[in-house]
Amino acid sequence: MSSLLEVSGVSVTFDGYKAIRNLSFQIGQAEMRAIIGPNGAGKTTFMDIVTGKTRPDEGRVLWGEKSMNLLKMSEARIAQEGIGRKFQRPTVFEDQTVHANLLMSLKNPRGSFPCLFYRPSFKDEARVEELASEIGLSDALTRKSGELSHGQKQWLEIGMLLAQEPRLLLVDEPAAGMTLAEREHTTDILREAAKTRAVVVVEHDMEFVRRLNCKVTVLHEGSVLAEGSLDHVTANPQVIEVYLGR
Amino acid sequence: MSRPFILRNPSILVFLAALAAFTLGVTLMSEAFGSGAISTSFVKTLGKTLCLCLVALAMDLVWGYCGILSLGHFAFFGLGGYMVGMWLMYARTEIIVAEAMANAPIPPTDQEVVDAIGTQIFGVVGSSDFPMIWYFASSLPAQLALVVLVPGLLALVFGWLAFRSRVTGVYLSILTQAMTLALSLYLFQNESGLRGNNGLSGLQNLPGVTAGQATVSIWFLWASAAALALGYVLCAWVVSGKFGSVVRGIRDDEARVRFLGYSVEGYKLFIFTLTAVIAAIAGALYYPQAGIINPGEVAPIASIYLAVWVAIGGRGRLYGAVIGAAFVSIVSTWFTGGLVPSVPLGFYTIDWVDWWLVLLGLSFVLVTLFAPKGIGGLVDLVAGRIAPDRHGADYGPDKGSKRQGEGRG
Ligand SMILES: Nc1ncnc2c1ncn2[C@@H]1O[C@H](COP(=O)(O)OP(=O)(O)OP(=O)(O)O)[C@@H](O)[C@H]1O
Ligand SMILES: [Mg+2]
Repeated sequence: MSSLLEVSGVSVTFDGYKAIRNLSFQIGQAEMRAIIGPNGAGKTTFMDIVTGKTRPDEGRVLWGEKSMNLLKMSEARIAQEGIGRKFQRPTVFEDQTVHANLLMSLKNPRGSFPCLFYRPSFKDEARVEELASEIGLSDALTRKSGELSHGQKQWLEIGMLLAQEPRLLLVDEPAAGMTLAEREHTTDILREAAKTRAVVVVEHDMEFVRRLNCKVTVLHEGSVLAEGSLDHVTANPQVIEVYLGR
Repeated sequence: MSRPFILRNPSILVFLAALAAFTLGVTLMSEAFGSGAISTSFVKTLGKTLCLCLVALAMDLVWGYCGILSLGHFAFFGLGGYMVGMWLMYARTEIIVAEAMANAPIPPTDQEVVDAIGTQIFGVVGSSDFPMIWYFASSLPAQLALVVLVPGLLALVFGWLAFRSRVTGVYLSILTQAMTLALSLYLFQNESGLRGNNGLSGLQNLPGVTAGQATVSIWFLWASAAALALGYVLCAWVVSGKFGSVVRGIRDDEARVRFLGYSVEGYKLFIFTLTAVIAAIAGALYYPQAGIINPGEVAPIASIYLAVWVAIGGRGRLYGAVIGAAFVSIVSTWFTGGLVPSVPLGFYTIDWVDWWLVLLGLSFVLVTLFAPKGIGGLVDLVAGRIAPDRHGADYGPDKGSKRQGEGRG
């Protein structure tokens, strides 16, 4: 199986601190992957690199069938290529309605002129409503997203991520601030998405990771410590020492 | 959801109706078309005020909606004025020269006419040759095209350089100040070809028009009102819909917009250039009413005033910008015109002609601190819209983002 994203030999230094050390990582076309690791392991930084927010000092990040070099592309270009992201701290446009947030995220031409003359089609409106019901915000469509609770903002951002129809979803701690039932619903959504796309989930909650039922990568001090099934990595003595045993 | 956009924004209709009523009212009280209750010079003041409202609208679009605190938009306003001023001066001087030469025994050649016009216009700067930039001055359509093209191109190049390097916040504001300062200093030189510090004058006289100033002032009032109406509808249309969502998103959190796949630089450039063109059109209507334009008009302070008007009127709502510009401009005429009685304090007399700017500065500080919604916020008060309590948090991480106190526009 050819991989969708291939990260190899990547290193990043912040003010002399090596946050990512010689990291290599691969994910296939339709695959779910969980990334776990202690605070400061570099999980968020990894996503920053893939989405173009942080430029690594060395290494390669290749994308898709044509092995495009993501390091040469702008953030917007990378997103257009089909990499969507949900941030650790929910970031939605607080001054705008839930509807506007979702509509802006829908997969449509991103240029200024198409956007200026854009009128929502029935298909787009239907899609927004479908997404809203999936994330439990049907009744909140006309509310400003800044008024939502923390958990609802998480949902909205997941909805925005799905609306983009990316080929790779990078999801940073989606379950924070959610109830048990909401967490289960999130797992369902992510598992559904992973049937047709690649999904990378960063999460500290082990129960959540178990329900995802997928291959797990353990990061520690900026590089891969272990990789395999959840049972396999949790049995690894090093993993127990740096992460689970604390 | 897909109702016409005017119906979705009833405030547009209210605004247009108020503007139409105002224009009609002034016309009916003017010396040329009505009772004469309003003097021609005050009609001109009102017409100029409408142009200032239009440039404030542009400022609100770029700052209030897109979060770019440009302190250089008066450069575009001034350039628009210069472009139309060149034709006005050329064409009028041409008529005067033609009249003067009509009685000459030998009919003058075309070259002699042009030379005579040059001597008339550039005599004050000790020259008589037409600089290259006056190439199109004899053609009204060409100069009108330049009103849009010159400022538009300047904004496009400047914006492209600045946004591409991701200059934001205070640094961008300083850069725009530097731009308008550079333009002003350049125009001050006699070699600039625009008559240095003399500027262009006599612009109130329309070539070939025999009607008096009373009539012409009303024409310009109408033209300014029409431009403001069109500008308002255009701006309202631009900020509605998805484009408006993206632009507001850029104001509050531009990094997030990038991760959705939108090219932030492209959108900023679009807004910056569009607003520069609107400002230029406003300037092109303003200076024929003012009668004179000189390099002092594009001094850095002018663009700062523009930001003050928008802040006082209420940033991020179009009618706020209009109200702010109109209010400050009218009140300023009142104070600086010596119409407000001085306040004798015994040991000192407050003369408002001198103290007006202090008052303006103070109001700006007070509005920013205690009433961030500005005068436009009164509409919220009437409509019972309360800004949500966000525990002091802005609406996004960016410097220009909407502040808590500005909520619920
Ligand atoms: N922009 C930055 N400047 C300086 N240091 C940074 C920056 N971003 C991350 N770091 C540092 O890099 C290290 C890795 O951070 P990162 O946010 O990737 O960790 P994480 O695995 O996501 O942790 P958490 O589980 O707490 O979210 C941390 O020590 C962090 O302080
Ligand atoms: Mg993190």
